[in-house]
Amino acid sequence: MNNQKHERIARAFAHGKAFIPFITGGDPSLEVTKELLIAMEAAGADLVEIGLPFSDPIAEGEVIQEATYRALTAGCTTDKLFDMVKEARKTVQIPLVFLTYLNSVFSYGKEAFMKRCVECGVDGLIVPDLPYEEKGEIRDVCREYGIAIISLIAPTSKERIMAIAQEAEGFIYVVSSLGVTGVRQEITTNVAEMTKMVRQATDVPCAIGFGISRPEQAAQMARASDGAIVGSAIVRMVGEHGAACIPLVTEYVKKMKAAVMTAVE
Amino acid sequence: MENGKYGVFGGQYVPETLMTAVHEVEAAYEKYKADPQFQAELDDLMKNYAGRPSLLYYAEKMTKDLGGAKIYLKREDLNHTGSHKINNVLGQALLAKKMGKTRLIAETGAGQHGVATATAAALMGMECEVFMGKEDTDRQALNVYRMELLGAKVHPVTSGTQTLKDAVNETMREWSRRVDDTLYVLGSVMGPHPFPMMVRDFQKIIGKEIKEQLKQREGRLPDAVLACVGGGSNAMGAFYEFIPDKSVALIGCEAAGLGVDTEKHAATIAKGTEGIFHGMKSLFCQNKDGQIAPVYSLSAGLDYPGIGPEHANLAKTGRASYVPVTDEEAVSAFEYLSRVEGIIPALESAHAVAHARKIAPTMQKDQIVVVNLSGRGDKDVAAIARYRGVELYE
Repeated sequence: MNNQKHERIARAFAHGKAFIPFITGGDPSLEVTKELLIAMEAAGADLVEIGLPFSDPIAEGEVIQEATYRALTAGCTTDKLFDMVKEARKTVQIPLVFLTYLNSVFSYGKEAFMKRCVECGVDGLIVPDLPYEEKGEIRDVCREYGIAIISLIAPTSKERIMAIAQEAEGFIYVVSSLGVTGVRQEITTNVAEMTKMVRQATDVPCAIGFGISRPEQAAQMARASDGAIVGSAIVRMVGEHGAACIPLVTEYVKKMKAAVMTAVE
Repeated sequence: MENGKYGVFGGQYVPETLMTAVHEVEAAYEKYKADPQFQAELDDLMKNYAGRPSLLYYAEKMTKDLGGAKIYLKREDLNHTGSHKINNVLGQALLAKKMGKTRLIAETGAGQHGVATATAAALMGMECEVFMGKEDTDRQALNVYRMELLGAKVHPVTSGTQTLKDAVNETMREWSRRVDDTLYVLGSVMGPHPFPMMVRDFQKIIGKEIKEQLKQREGRLPDAVLACVGGGSNAMGAFYEFIPDKSVALIGCEAAGLGVDTEKHAATIAKGTEGIFHGMKSLFCQNKDGQIAPVYSLSAGLDYPGIGPEHANLAKTGRASYVPVTDEEAVSAFEYLSRVEGIIPALESAHAVAHARKIAPTMQKDQIVVVNLSGRGDKDVAAIARYRGVELYE
């Protein structure tokens, strides 16, 4: 595997179970996003996913769709988001990955995009509309610049899991439920079965996301994997409280990190 | 063997959650397209339910009035449900049935594809849910009621620009929630492979019939085939048979809205750039950051910021050409065809009629232009009245 190339991401999983928050870049402003990155690191986040806002996020539920809309309306652009990450990197040490739709990378220019990732300290990319079969679109350029492509595995992946896991780098994003992102009362998928299959193919860590909002859910998901990813629950706080969300998100991240740390397999 | 690529365009850019579903459709389609039993059932539906073959009508008055090339109209508007959309929908619904699916979901712009899908679902005893931009449910209220009458549930989509692209987003999201019993009946030659190929295959009967019918009437090929282009299914259906016949000009007519020099248009080939969206690499109206542009056309069926990948390739290779047609030109053609031939075309199809009015007079009298009249215009009458300042509501 390519673990050695993605050391910073590997470190996120080196101290017990990881807690991975997601926020939409530029929502409600780039300044708040930067403050959130700093605050979440201090609160115990092991890695942060930053959503690069795209006009038509087909894998997202309403909460993140609305955040995307707020960010774009507030004037967030690809360049401005890169600039903000570069600023944040003056203090932030944890790995940062972009969640970006392929068109944002493609239209920026693949090579130019990766150069900026290196320059600003973006360690990897989660690209929801880039399935395994189309990875060739950016594989070489990502390798060249040492940017990890974080693969996703869904409850419907079944026999695809092996192939995807074998090529995985950084970490694997295990999608807990069908459908789009969003808070769910219950996660009914047998996620332990999915991560078991992943582990047969690779030692790249896997974290579970989609639908997680409560500490006990996060702990439950962390028991079956190497970490828990939470997006909509945090993005909703940002949406409701705007710039005043920072102390609330900080408390929430502390609580969630504590919960995943209690998880033992 | 095609692998879902048309030159550099096409592909399968969908979330992992949908990949298994997309592969399942691909495998089923490969199996059934070679199955004589499937083809016989589909032929029967086309003939005895949809009313195929559709007429190829010689528009004599229009020809005389324009004073140039002979104009034929391919009357897809006479199909059951009033447009070419039924061709594709019957194919996909039959495929869904063979696959054991019990529920069809679809996006719709003007409502024609939604109505066709609701119709096929009613016929085959399947559940049907249609996603339609909120703005479109307002401007095509009659079609919403029509779909409900046919037993479908219509979901107004309030995200984004509330038009066709947002309806596609929402239908994809819904498919990713529930894939087991559901087929997403995509309405155009777009989306991830196999949809652009499959929809084109179900629509290529249009061009095949044009070729046969014109051979009987005139003993030769047409000089030009014209069709309107949103996602591009009626155009792809009309063009496909003629691609090897290099003497036949293939002309797609895009919605230029208020004009391609304004921001209010949906002219993807004229103004779009390469991108990856809705499962495919193709041309899209977008800004420099790759944000999909809020496009505009008076016609809800052409109000789409992308185009099918095979069209993008036909444009790039020069085999087909694409021209912008404004709202005003389309409305004027809508009124013209109604008056001159007694045929009220869909506003979408009127874009192709408008271009025929431009080029026919410049052509020789022994030349032949075929216009694909993809749908009928009943659904547009109230909107055209309002465009002309008459306060008419359905």
